[in-house]
Amino acid sequence: MLPESLAISAILFAIGVVGVLTRRNVIIVFMSVELMLNAVNLTFVAFSREYGFAGQVFVVLVMTVAAAEAAVGLAIVIANFRHRHTVDLQAIDLLKG
Amino acid sequence: MTPGLVQHPLAGTAAEFVWALPLLPLLGFVVNGALALASSVRIGPDNPATDAHPAAVPDVAGPAPTDAEGAHPTDAAQAPPVVPARPAFRTLVTVIGPGVVALALALAVAIFVAMAGTSPTTPFVQTYFPWMWVGDLHINVAFQVDQLSMLMVLVITGIGTLIHLFSVGYMRDEPGYARYFAYLNLFVFFMLVLVLGANYPILFVGWEGVGLCSYLLIGFWYSETANADAGKKAFIVNRIGDYGLLMAMFLLFANLKTLDFVGVTAAAGDLVPGGVLVTTICLFLFLACTGKSAQIPLYVWLPDAMAGPTPVSALIHAATMVTAGVYLVARSALLFALAPVAGLTVCVIGGLTALFAASIALTQWDIKKVLAYSTVSQLGFMFVAVGCGAYVAGVFHLVAHAFFKALLFLGAGSVIYAMHDAYHAAHAHGDAQDMRNMGGLRRRMPWTWALMWVATLAIAGVPLFAGFFSKDEIMGTLFERARSSTLADAHWLGMPGGTILYALYGVLLVAVAMTAVYMTRLMIYTFHGVNRTGEAEAAALREAPWIMTGPLVVLGILSAVGGFLNVPTFFPLHGAPPELLAQWLDPVVGPAALRVTHGIPFVPDASTGVTLGVVAATISILGIVLTCVRLRTARPGADAVPGRAEPAYRRILSHKYYVDEAYDRVIVRPLIGLSRTVLWKGVDGMIDGAVNAVAWLGRAISRIGGMIQSGQVGTYAWVLVLGVLAVLGAFSLLHHA
Repeated sequence: MLPESLAISAILFAIGVVGVLTRRNVIIVFMSVELMLNAVNLTFVAFSREYGFAGQVFVVLVMTVAAAEAAVGLAIVIANFRHRHTVDLQAIDLLKG
Repeated sequence: MTPGLVQHPLAGTAAEFVWALPLLPLLGFVVNGALALASSVRIGPDNPATDAHPAAVPDVAGPAPTDAEGAHPTDAAQAPPVVPARPAFRTLVTVIGPGVVALALALAVAIFVAMAGTSPTTPFVQTYFPWMWVGDLHINVAFQVDQLSMLMVLVITGIGTLIHLFSVGYMRDEPGYARYFAYLNLFVFFMLVLVLGANYPILFVGWEGVGLCSYLLIGFWYSETANADAGKKAFIVNRIGDYGLLMAMFLLFANLKTLDFVGVTAAAGDLVPGGVLVTTICLFLFLACTGKSAQIPLYVWLPDAMAGPTPVSALIHAATMVTAGVYLVARSALLFALAPVAGLTVCVIGGLTALFAASIALTQWDIKKVLAYSTVSQLGFMFVAVGCGAYVAGVFHLVAHAFFKALLFLGAGSVIYAMHDAYHAAHAHGDAQDMRNMGGLRRRMPWTWALMWVATLAIAGVPLFAGFFSKDEIMGTLFERARSSTLADAHWLGMPGGTILYALYGVLLVAVAMTAVYMTRLMIYTFHGVNRTGEAEAAALREAPWIMTGPLVVLGILSAVGGFLNVPTFFPLHGAPPELLAQWLDPVVGPAALRVTHGIPFVPDASTGVTLGVVAATISILGIVLTCVRLRTARPGADAVPGRAEPAYRRILSHKYYVDEAYDRVIVRPLIGLSRTVLWKGVDGMIDGAVNAVAWLGRAISRIGGMIQSGQVGTYAWVLVLGVLAVLGAFSLLHHA
C-alpha cells in the first residue's frame, strides 16, 4: 500500500512543480503550489499508517498554513490586479534590478 | 619658586606679561574681523572704474601723455558723482584698531623700563605649553624677552601705532574699513610672534603669518586683477625663501638636536668653525632672508607690493616685515659668525642689492615705486652690516630706516591722498601716484613737504640726521672688517675676503650717492617746480587732516634725532652718551661680534671714522646739491617723449634691468609649460585614468548583477528548483559513494 501512495504523491508533486514553472497565470501557479502541498500531505498520511499518529498532526498543520498562505497570496494577487489589470506573471516585474 | 634656582632678574616684572603683547592685536583682529564679517554685505567697490578708494591706480609703466587732458570738461560731465558711503562700525573699529596696538606699545614700554632697570645678561624665556613633542623633538610655545626682541617690539608697536592712526584718515571712506584694520591687527600679532618667539618654529609661525597678512593687504583692493596678482606674486616668491628657512631648521635639528635659540647658542660651539655644515645652514637662512627682505634674486615682489594701501607699504613693506630677515641674521648671529663664507655671501648680495635697487630708483616715476626700490636698497645696506658681523650697525640702521622710511611712505600716502581727492573734486581720472602729474605741492602741503625733506635728508645721510649715524656705522665697521676679521681671512669664490669687503665699501659709497640723487629727484618732482595737476585739481589740493599729519610729525622728530641712539665714541658732541644701542644689544650679539673680530673687542679708530664719515657725508650732500641744480629747470617726462631716442642705459634702468621679463622667460613660462604638458596632460591623465577605470569596473559589475535580478518570479522559481535538484543530486551521489 505504501509504495503506491508514495508514487501517486510523487506524481502529484511533479505536476505541481511543472505547473509552477511553466504557467504564467498567477492563479494557476497558486493552484499548483496547493497541489504540491497536498502531495506532501498525502505522503504524511501514508507514512503515519506505518509510523504512528504524528504524520496526521503535521497534515493539519500544513493545511492551516496553506489556508493562511492562500488568503495572503490571493489578497496580493487581487491588489496587484487592481493596480495593473493583469494576472500574468511575466508582466509583474517591479523588483527588476 | 624652586629654591636653588637663580631667579631671572626679569621674573616678577612686567616681562611676565609678555604673552599679552601679541594677544592684544590678536584680540583686535578677532573683534575687527567679526565687525568686517558683520558688514561684509558689500566689501570693496562695486565698480573699480568709479574709484571709491584712493591710490588704487594701476602702475603705468610708459609715459602717460593724456594725463593732462584728464580734466577735460566732457569727461567731467560724464563722470557720475560718487558719494562715498560711511563704512559700517567706523567709530568702533577706529577705537579698537589703533587702540590695541597702542596698549601693546604701553606694555612694551613697561617691559623696556623693567629691562633697563635690571639689565639682564640672559634672555628671559617664558614657556607656555608644549606644541610638538615627538621623539627628540621638543618644541614649546615659548616667548623670549631679550634686548634684541624688545627693540624690535618697540619698533613694531611704536611705528605700528603711528601707522594705525594714519590709516584712520587714509582709509576713511574705504568700504572695507573694518577688514583693513582686522588685517593690520593680525599683521602686528604675527610680527610680534616672529620677534618674541623663543625658538625657530615659533619664529617661523610669525614669519609665515606676516607673509599671509602681506598677501592679504597687497591684494586689499582685490577687485582689480593687477592688485590680486601682486599679492600672489609676493606670496609665491616668499615660498622659495621659506624653503630655505625650513631646510635650515631641519639641518639645525638633525645636528644640534634643538631648535631653541638658547639651545642653539649653547650648542653652536660644537660646530666646526667655517665648516660645510654651518655654512650650509647659514646660506639656507639667508635664502629665507632674500625672500622676506627682498634681496637679489627674490626682491621682485616688493616693488609690485606697492599695489596695497600706502600705510601698508609703510608698515609692512618698509618698517617691519621686510626687516625680519635682518632680525633673523642678528638672531642667528653666532651661527653666521662661525661661517665667514656665508657672511661674505650676505655682504656681497646685500651690497649688490643696495647698488642695483638704488640705480633702478633713479628712473622710476611712480612715487611709491621709487620708495620701494629705495627700501630694497636700504635693506641691502643692513645685510652688508649683519653679514660682516656688525650686528649692532645693522639693527641700528633697521631702526633708523623704520623711522625715515615709514615717514617717507606716509608722506607719499598723504600726497597720494591729496592728489586723489583733488582728482576726485575735479572729476578727473589721473594717476595720483605719478610724479609727472605732481609738482609744486610745497605751497599746498607745507607740513608734508617739510617732514618729507627731513626724511630725505635722513635717508641720504646728511650729518646729524638718523641715517647719517646708522649708515656711517655700517660703512665704518665694514671698513674695519675689511682690515681685520675672520671674513677678511676667508676666501669667497677664490677671491680674498678683505678685497671683497673693500670693494663693497666702494659699492656702498656709490649707492649712497644714488640714494641722495633719487630722493632729491623725488622731492623736486613732487613738491617743487610748477604745478602739473591742472587748474581745477590744483585748487582742490590741500593738506591731509591732523590724524594723518600727526604721525608724520612724530616720525619726523624720530628721523631727525634717531641717530643719537648710537653715537660713535669719537663723535665730537659733548653730552650725548655714546653707543647706547651697542651697549643695549651687547648681551645678545656681543659674543658673535667678538668671534668675527678674532676675540679682540672692536674699538673704532677715531681718525678713520671721522674721515669715512666726512667722505660719505660729502658725497650725499654733493648728490643732493647737484640734483637740485640739475633738475631746477628740468621738465619731467621730457626725456620720455615718444620718438626721441632714449639712451640705452636709461631704457634699461626704467625697465628695471628686465629682471621681471627674464624671470618670466626663464622660470615662469617653462614651469607653466611643464605643468601643462607633463603634469596636466601626463600625470593628471594617468590619475584620471585610474579613477575612471575603478568607476567603469563598478558599473560593469552592477550591470551583470542587474541582469540576474530580472524581477521575473518564474526565473527565480527555476533557479530554486535547479538549486534543490543540485543539492539533492549531490547528497544522493555522496550517499552512494
